[in-house]
Amino acid sequence: MKIFATLYVLFITISFSFLKQQTPLQESIQRGKEVYSDFCVTCHLENGEGIPSTFPPLAKSDYLLNNRNKSIKGLKYGQQGEIIVNGLIYNNSMPALGLEDEEIADVMNYILNSWENTSNKMVTPEEVSKITE
Amino acid sequence: MKKSVLYFYFFVVIHNLTFSQKTGNKIYTPKKNLYSPVLFVDKLQVPWGFTFLPDGSILITEKKGELILFKNDKKQKIGNIPEVYVRGQGGLLDVELHPNYKENGWIYMSFASPKGKEKGGHTAILRAKLKDTSLIEKEVLYKALPNTTKGQHFGSRIVFDSDNYLYFSIGERGARDINPQNIKRDGGKIYRLHDDGRIPKDNPFIGIDSAKTAIYSYGHRNPQGLAIHPKTGGIWNNEHGPKGGDEINIIKKGANYGWPMVTYGVNYSGSTITDKTEMQGTEQPIHYWVPSIAPSGMAFVTSDKYPEWKGNLLVGSLKFQYLERLVLKDNKVIYREKLIPNLGRVRAVKQAPDGFIYVAIEGKGIYKLIPNTKK
Repeated sequence: MKIFATLYVLFITISFSFLKQQTPLQESIQRGKEVYSDFCVTCHLENGEGIPSTFPPLAKSDYLLNNRNKSIKGLKYGQQGEIIVNGLIYNNSMPALGLEDEEIADVMNYILNSWENTSNKMVTPEEVSKITE
Repeated sequence: MKKSVLYFYFFVVIHNLTFSQKTGNKIYTPKKNLYSPVLFVDKLQVPWGFTFLPDGSILITEKKGELILFKNDKKQKIGNIPEVYVRGQGGLLDVELHPNYKENGWIYMSFASPKGKEKGGHTAILRAKLKDTSLIEKEVLYKALPNTTKGQHFGSRIVFDSDNYLYFSIGERGARDINPQNIKRDGGKIYRLHDDGRIPKDNPFIGIDSAKTAIYSYGHRNPQGLAIHPKTGGIWNNEHGPKGGDEINIIKKGANYGWPMVTYGVNYSGSTITDKTEMQGTEQPIHYWVPSIAPSGMAFVTSDKYPEWKGNLLVGSLKFQYLERLVLKDNKVIYREKLIPNLGRVRAVKQAPDGFIYVAIEGKGIYKLIPNTKK
């Protein structure tokens, strides 16, 4: 009986500690949310909906979800020229934002896992660092 | 019969005019396009500011940190520019000439500068002279502190009044609860200096312990448009509100424009910042935009090249990508019109010494507005 009680308490403690602990991806998403509200929200808006034909959406964006490297590159070096997002043409420019590789990874993880977007593979600063102009 | 048509037309015009006074936030499309944009300087990314030299050449800032001289249809990069902190909305920003440029050669620039102890950057004002294709005699006249890595709200528009006072704006750097209402901190302010950087003896906060005495007015969010009213000489600004609540203000010495205690806007998330749109001791805007247009540069039209627009105010919209024409009466906006839509984000607008209006558009270049030939 004593053993059972001890085990029970131990089990509960461990389960709770697991519940509280965030995975590295969740932590990155959390930081990415801060970056987003500082650098991105004015154009792409709170729910990633953008403005049709002006600022492309990030929420359920085929461009973002199918062009991981190009999206990172756009964040790192700026985005210029025509792109098609969810069937609409966007021909605007987003200047390079001056973000560090870690911030780019964080904000990528945030936008890839918000507003019904999902991604299995976490973006890491190393991955960002390897992307060149 | 003809007469009755005319009467009817007259009635419609009067009706529209009367109606438009009540609906300051309705925007109209011109019935007839009197002027057309013609690309004058091509291939620019983010032309944040530009100004005309006496020989007709143009100095243009690229936000990413390039100063460009456009002369004889050719672009030339100017060397020896200051170190620029390119992050978020920061970079190389406005450029303006001293009113007596012909005699003294001073060029003024605003930019995000990393100078200082802390990581990050803040707005700086510099003057320098141009020798061949390089800046010389650089002097930093003002550097806001402390630096921050926040990406927002550098302000940075520069303007001179008729007494050669130098005015410039600095936004609140994404710290609305710390900066705009505190005159001992930089950011969220309009500043006034002598042309050599000295602080005028009659600036409003002189004598207040540890106040930033270059401040001329406070309680601003992010003013990116400044212009001198051609008749009154008054200083007009426009500033980005949050979601909704962009404003046009007439700047008074020592006045508080209320941010963030008073606003016509809300947070980007839609949540409320404050329910107050007015408060004693704060100035009311002469116009506010809901929804926000994201106003950038602005200019008054005084030139004879645009007789229909004389006395009007032009404001660039970053968000909706057009140039807005505002008709004013007794310091109120009575009519708004959408010009040159769909070309791109309008960053800056100026009436040049040649009398023509030039408009800088992101991703495109600088356009000149020319009259359509009469048919």
